[in-house]
Amino acid sequence: MITCFRINRLDNVATMLYDVVTGGIDVRVLGESTEGMKALEPIKLGHKIALIDIPEGSQIIKFGVAIGCATCRIRAGEWVHLHNCASGFDERSQTLDVETGASTDVSYE
Amino acid sequence: MNNDRTADLARRETQSSSATWTGYLRDDGRKGVRNIVLVIYTVECAQQVAHSVAAGEEDVHVIGFPGCYDNQYAIRLILSLARHPNVGAVLAVGLGCEYTRPDKIAEVVAASGRPAGWFYIQNEGGTLKSVAKGKSMVRAMRDQIRRDARRVPMTLADLVLGCECGGSDGTSGLAGNPAVGSLFDLITDAGGTCIFEEIVEMIGLKEVLMSRAAGTQARRELESAYDKAVRYCQRVRQYSISPGNFAGGLTTIEEKSMGAFAKAGSKPIQGVIKVSQAPTRPGLWLMDSVPDDHFVDFGYTNPNDTEGIMDLISGGAQIILFVTGRGSVIGSPIVPLVKITGNSQTYRRMIDDMDYNAGKLLSGEITLQGAAEELLDLVVRIASGEPSKPEALGHREYFLMYKHQDTPSLDQGCRV
Repeated sequence: MITCFRINRLDNVATMLYDVVTGGIDVRVLGESTEGMKALEPIKLGHKIALIDIPEGSQIIKFGVAIGCATCRIRAGEWVHLHNCASGFDERSQTLDVETGASTDVSYE
Repeated sequence: MNNDRTADLARRETQSSSATWTGYLRDDGRKGVRNIVLVIYTVECAQQVAHSVAAGEEDVHVIGFPGCYDNQYAIRLILSLARHPNVGAVLAVGLGCEYTRPDKIAEVVAASGRPAGWFYIQNEGGTLKSVAKGKSMVRAMRDQIRRDARRVPMTLADLVLGCECGGSDGTSGLAGNPAVGSLFDLITDAGGTCIFEEIVEMIGLKEVLMSRAAGTQARRELESAYDKAVRYCQRVRQYSISPGNFAGGLTTIEEKSMGAFAKAGSKPIQGVIKVSQAPTRPGLWLMDSVPDDHFVDFGYTNPNDTEGIMDLISGGAQIILFVTGRGSVIGSPIVPLVKITGNSQTYRRMIDDMDYNAGKLLSGEITLQGAAEELLDLVVRIASGEPSKPEALGHREYFLMYKHQDTPSLDQGCRV
């Protein structure tokens, strides 16, 4: 069974404990939850899955604190990362490659 | 849990918190868990000679400062490392042109009751003669500190632990750092001292951080240090989060911060120390390694993990716990570095480098309390002389840099 872990009961995201290789599979939520849900897309171990629908502009909550803000509407079961969640501090992270985290704003010419 | 198991756990806990082992007493009253000769070079030009002196020599480690121009922060750092409780003797090696003075380093070390020596490579007649002289000096000093070692019993109350995390991923805040946090709780309950740093990885957590202050003074220090860290990051437009962190599932600095802060456990924070300062009493301490404000454009706070580890050692940490989800291979000179991962995949893939798999927490094989007790057993074994994995592999990475932390005022520094 593919599982993810919800740290705090206020959290609207959980951390994947295994890789979700393809969308549409069942995921069991451990920690501060016992519910099941469906992952809508591939999500790697250590990455976050949305537990509920999160409207654009709402806070992303993990560890019971705001770790960022939704930059578009996020549906329950979607991967939450740089493409849909922005830091309240770090502007540069929005320019990084969403898959690798590699920088795109420094010239190597 | 059945009664037998409860009794067994209680017994183990009692045994762990009353653990004793044999350490090395120094003149300042501090005790070390290792007894090494430290070779210190005072400019990059002397680096190769210093490493050649130490090559193949058991219990001889190397650190050095690359700059030709000296810097008060760097001198304080060198002197705190040279008089670290794990260091028994020091050889300072200079080229002969640089500002940093190997003779003064040897003088301060000798005044601390340790054998010390120094020379300039230019005066000795170059590489080969310097290496031969250095080897004969470190061998003589090693014989002396082994012969004259004052072996004394140590307990957890004598222990100063430091913790750093690096190569973090989504498991670090779930397993690796919480396991260390629980260990920190056990150590401070037993009268020991724990230091954590990386305040630039507490961005977004001001209220959480301040709510952990042990008192009014500590609260002011934490607020001042936090505000400075935010100003620093805003000014240099760089937050302490790397491509590997993003690839490992961390999306924002706030998220990484909460995960990193988990290694601070749950006990009150006694106050803020700066690099090269030792805690003045037992308990949990935050080290501030951010440059002071008016020099903020000059230098970086933690350009890499090794720089932060050197800071923790300068505060007197005898053992460093290093939490890495993605898998780092670094070690450190002077103190054993213990490698902990919360990612079972990383543990299996890099088994030669990893000391402890906190990923067992995520698979439900162990509780947080159980992980803390296993880690405590590991720390006590390593304090007793068992080499950690990076130590056995010969990892001795170090990094000393220019920085300014010389402004002891509330507005511009964190000391109040």
